[in-house]
Amino acid sequence: MATTQQLTPAMQRQRSARLRRNTLYLVLIVLGLLAPLAIYPVFLMKVLCFALFACAFNLLLGYAGLLSFGHAAFLATGGYFTGIMLASYPGLTPEVGILIGTLAAVVLGTFFGVLAIRRQGIYFAMVTLALAQMVFFFFVQAPFTGGEDGLHGVPRGELFGLISLSDNLNMYYFVFAVFVIGFAIIQRAVHSPYGQVLKAIRENEPRAVSLGYNVDAYKLVAFVLSAGLAGLAGSTKTVVFQLASLTDAHWHMSGEVILMTLLGGVGTLFGPVVGAGLVVSLQTQLAQSPLGNWVSVILGLIFVVCVLSFRSGIVGEIQKMVRKNFK
Amino acid sequence: MTQEFILETRGLTKEFRGFTAVDDVNLQVRDGHIHALIGPNGAGKTTVFNLLTKFLPPTRGEILYRGKPITGMKANEIARLGLVRSFQISAVFAHMTAMENVRVALQRKLGTSFHFWKSEKSLEHLNERALELLDEVGLREYADVLTVEMPYGRKRALEVATTLALEPTLMLLDEPTQGMGAEDVDRIVELIRRVAKGRTVLMVEHNLSVVSRLCDRITVLARGSVLAEGDYQSVSRDPQVREAYMGSDAAAEEEASA
Repeated sequence: MATTQQLTPAMQRQRSARLRRNTLYLVLIVLGLLAPLAIYPVFLMKVLCFALFACAFNLLLGYAGLLSFGHAAFLATGGYFTGIMLASYPGLTPEVGILIGTLAAVVLGTFFGVLAIRRQGIYFAMVTLALAQMVFFFFVQAPFTGGEDGLHGVPRGELFGLISLSDNLNMYYFVFAVFVIGFAIIQRAVHSPYGQVLKAIRENEPRAVSLGYNVDAYKLVAFVLSAGLAGLAGSTKTVVFQLASLTDAHWHMSGEVILMTLLGGVGTLFGPVVGAGLVVSLQTQLAQSPLGNWVSVILGLIFVVCVLSFRSGIVGEIQKMVRKNFK
Repeated sequence: MTQEFILETRGLTKEFRGFTAVDDVNLQVRDGHIHALIGPNGAGKTTVFNLLTKFLPPTRGEILYRGKPITGMKANEIARLGLVRSFQISAVFAHMTAMENVRVALQRKLGTSFHFWKSEKSLEHLNERALELLDEVGLREYADVLTVEMPYGRKRALEVATTLALEPTLMLLDEPTQGMGAEDVDRIVELIRRVAKGRTVLMVEHNLSVVSRLCDRITVLARGSVLAEGDYQSVSRDPQVREAYMGSDAAAEEEASA
């Protein structure tokens, strides 16, 4: 090929990396499509919802360097709005309900973001926590959320008014599609012109400012994207389990998503998926075993071991190993 | 008359809880000059620098760029005017390649920097210009190297390339040769001389030999105020400057030997 543009070695490396990545995605999609044949679909759907939640959180922590301690608020807001909509308007199809829930989370995320983004580090985390607690108490008190009992009996309905989602397999493929779309949005955002600036800001914020970038605006976009995707995860979860509960709004949930992300590998695209899978599996397995009451302790121990001995998380450590041995 | 000065300050003052770090500084930087800001440790050079680049808000005083006040502007806004600063510690994006570092500066003008739905392949047409800029500072062979793996002197050169990508009219360099070996210092001095053509440079610098080789005009700061101003010859003869800069002992010794 007599192209005038020469390919530098890095560009060639990037291209082959892109090819490898696409192959990996294809394999994973096929696996995802086949998974319900081997594993109970409801469990898989739970994993996928939390995986999307963790991926959304990771977009903020891993790629914008912002530690939010209030992401439960977005998960719950998405869940409640979708739940209330679908329960009160029987004519509404589930995808519209999910869209409304997601939008609600976007609006809340914009509000949180504008208030919190100017603060740095621990102060940012504290502001998000405080705001999320306000949202939690709102959901406790509000008459339409069912308070401590939660919101029950949300109908799954029929997708586009055509496909019944009461069938678990149909439901699973819908959730899988939602997850793939959410993941694709994050993947693209990270590898976009915007992602480059975000990376630069994370690497050296003052320098990004001196290059003329309004860093707060870039962080706000990341925050709103992350909040919206967390809302999408919550909305989808509500449709799957036909309920929205206060557990999702509690600060434990904000902590759990940090755990999932760090365990799987912060700043890696697949880390949060692995972390969410692991945490949800452990919770499910332990809940059925005699160790049921020790779930939090065991997760806590795993967390401590993870932070002390393999800081980049499972996927991060694997990446390091691959880089060391195959290059 | 203001037009001959590209950057001017009037009564610039910065107080930190009662401590006056910068006291009524009137600075005038001529268009096309390489202007140095020197002074002993704690003289307020870096504070002045941060005030000029809006990284700190001034307590009092005015900053004018081409005769227009920029005192109330934000740091990222003045960068868009063409005032681009460097930092004392090399400010590079460590986990990006040298080419990506320069490209981040180039991509702002595309206006797609908020487009999170676009592929980063849309930036590849900037690669050619990025390579040119790397070439200009002698870093072409480092294009694909992660910045974190580059030697210190090269990182500073990369910083210059990134700054040049914005086509600044006024470059503000904060101690560009700090922490460098002699060989790197020479390289950077040459580089600054080369890129300063057709531009104005204001630099904070400790290394007096660098200042004497490069600068058209020098402002000496001591304890937050301007002590002297002029070219290197006149400033270096100023007894007050000698005392402030080298300590009274050195000045006395000098006098004794004279």
